[in-house]
Amino acid sequence: MNENCAIEVHNLTTTYGGAPVLWDVDFDLPAGKIIGVIGPNGSGKTTLLKTIMGLLEPSSGYVKIFNQDLSKMREKIAYVPQRESVDWDFPASVFDVVMMGRYRKGNLFKRTNNTDIEIVEECIEKVGLTEFRNRQIAQLSGGQQQRVFIARALAQKADIYLMDEPFVGVDAATENSILSLLEEMRNTGKTVLIIHHDLQTVSDYFDYLVLLNTRLIAKGTPQDVLTEENLSNAYGGQLTLLAKVANLIKENQFPIREKDVDL
Amino acid sequence: MQTFIDFISFKDPNVFYVVIGMICINSSSALIGSFAYLRKRSLIGDAVAHSLLPGICLGFIMAGEKNMIYLFFGAFFTGWLSTYLVDYIVNKSKIKQDAAIGIVLSSFFALGIVLLTFIQNGGYSDQGGLNHFLFGQAAAINKDELILFAVILAVIVGSIILFYRSFIIVSFNSDYAKSIGLPVRSIEFLMTSLTVLAIAAGIQALGVVLMSALIVTPAAAARFWSHKLKRMLFIAVVFSVFSGLLGAYISYANSNTPTGPWVVMILSIITLISFVGSTKRGILARYLKARKNKSKILLENILKAIYHYHERQNLENDLNLVLASAEILKVRRFDTTELQKGLNQLIRRGFIGRENNNYFLTEEGMTESKRIVRLHRLWEQYLLKRTSMDIFHVHSGAEAIEHILSPEIEKELEKELGIVGIPKEDF
Repeated sequence: MNENCAIEVHNLTTTYGGAPVLWDVDFDLPAGKIIGVIGPNGSGKTTLLKTIMGLLEPSSGYVKIFNQDLSKMREKIAYVPQRESVDWDFPASVFDVVMMGRYRKGNLFKRTNNTDIEIVEECIEKVGLTEFRNRQIAQLSGGQQQRVFIARALAQKADIYLMDEPFVGVDAATENSILSLLEEMRNTGKTVLIIHHDLQTVSDYFDYLVLLNTRLIAKGTPQDVLTEENLSNAYGGQLTLLAKVANLIKENQFPIREKDVDL
Repeated sequence: MQTFIDFISFKDPNVFYVVIGMICINSSSALIGSFAYLRKRSLIGDAVAHSLLPGICLGFIMAGEKNMIYLFFGAFFTGWLSTYLVDYIVNKSKIKQDAAIGIVLSSFFALGIVLLTFIQNGGYSDQGGLNHFLFGQAAAINKDELILFAVILAVIVGSIILFYRSFIIVSFNSDYAKSIGLPVRSIEFLMTSLTVLAIAAGIQALGVVLMSALIVTPAAAARFWSHKLKRMLFIAVVFSVFSGLLGAYISYANSNTPTGPWVVMILSIITLISFVGSTKRGILARYLKARKNKSKILLENILKAIYHYHERQNLENDLNLVLASAEILKVRRFDTTELQKGLNQLIRRGFIGRENNNYFLTEEGMTESKRIVRLHRLWEQYLLKRTSMDIFHVHSGAEAIEHILSPEIEKELEKELGIVGIPKEDF
């Protein structure tokens, strides 16, 4: 196993209601890079992140974090869900939400200590929300809410960050400031995995790319991945056969893999 | 009056049990109900409450008498089973949560009524009062039950203090909670069980039909008054306990009519008042704000019209004419009564002076009118510079905006456009 591998995704298949959403996806991601996950709508990007995070159970295959099981590496990996996945009308302040980043399985019954408070303040400052520290989260703009989520992940002090569409609903200035924050994180050796949908900016933002459409279409540096052939494979509707087979599987409740096949 | 004094002086020892009992029941349900509300699981409370009835009846049949322990555990069991079934149906079929709740609630309740009629016709000696479980009879609370309710309250308060972090993180963002390795399912199981416990505690006093209101309504009403979770919990408890005590009193004073409906009526009134009157989110606050905005717009438009009148005569540097209201109307067609009201207010605020039914700008009025005209024209210039807005539409685009531009934005506009003083062009 490569020393420099942050996330190993091994022959991963995840199904939703019987149909495969991720199908035999297999790749190793290098540490210390900003990595983009791209692909059309419904191509399994969010499912990939959720499976890596252990929020969804894969039907076959496995994920290793720095060559270890996820359960041992929970504190090394931070997750930024999609902004729309929560109700922002929850009675909490910016500070309260970022403080959630300090919660651990081991400290749930403890009181907040000064180190936690310092880290939280520092993370709020990093995303530029200090003046909104006590603001109720419902009263923030979309971009500010997104930054609250990023600050919460920063407060986890992890080594790997998985972010689901952190640039959605964010204005250009905020997008730039988030990006320079990510670059700063990379330069201190962190690995950042980001779901992204804007192909225009892909080659500027990322060191490494994963192109998905249920299957893994391509992986590698942006030059390697962003070829006309790869893109038309992912976006051009060339994969209709794949979709038809997936549908057949779902309709007939067919197993995706025979039990005795060796992986 | 005499009944009221009897009630608050605990002359009747039963009243003491009722008061303490209501405090325990209503605090328990308001506290854990707030979390159910925040998790958008309020309707589950309704399913649970209705599903307690068959459990009570089964408990009665098993004990052969009205043994509170049997009844309570029967109720807890079927109540809990109903939440499990709702989740099971949602997970294993295409039926959505609202439909699943409807199905489970009505079938359990129907079963409960069937069992209840069976008991009533079954020759049990001690079955009188079982139908109090439908609408509640707070007066029936006795000493033993009081201990049970106090224990339940202690369990709920203790769990919330101990698991506070887990509860808020699972309620706000359960995916995230899972991602940091929390046992989300166990935490949810705990919250659900506590909810069932709180509802089961209230069936005697409030009845299965209305008990769910004690889960949802205090939280919903309290949410109007605070953005802070701890304060919201406190307010929910205050609302709920107040309604419980007042409801119990009314029921007591009216020869022991059912308690549940009274309590829920009072709670609903509190919610309605919160909806209308809350300082942060109430419709009254919004109405007053809208009125304030409307008045601000009117006053500023009058000052602007007076400035324009001067400008037409090239007197915008003096602004010292004394005008009749008819002359202001020549510049802008105000509604005459509105104009009169606005002028009177401007006089009260010291922006305008009156002289034999004619009006003139005071020093403050002059400054203010210049400020408004300037903001309007700065905004027009900004729109022209930064957008491709048609020159004929620029005026209307700036018309409402001038009233809301803050001094900070004014400074930024000034900086960006490099304009000092009032721009001459008016579109």
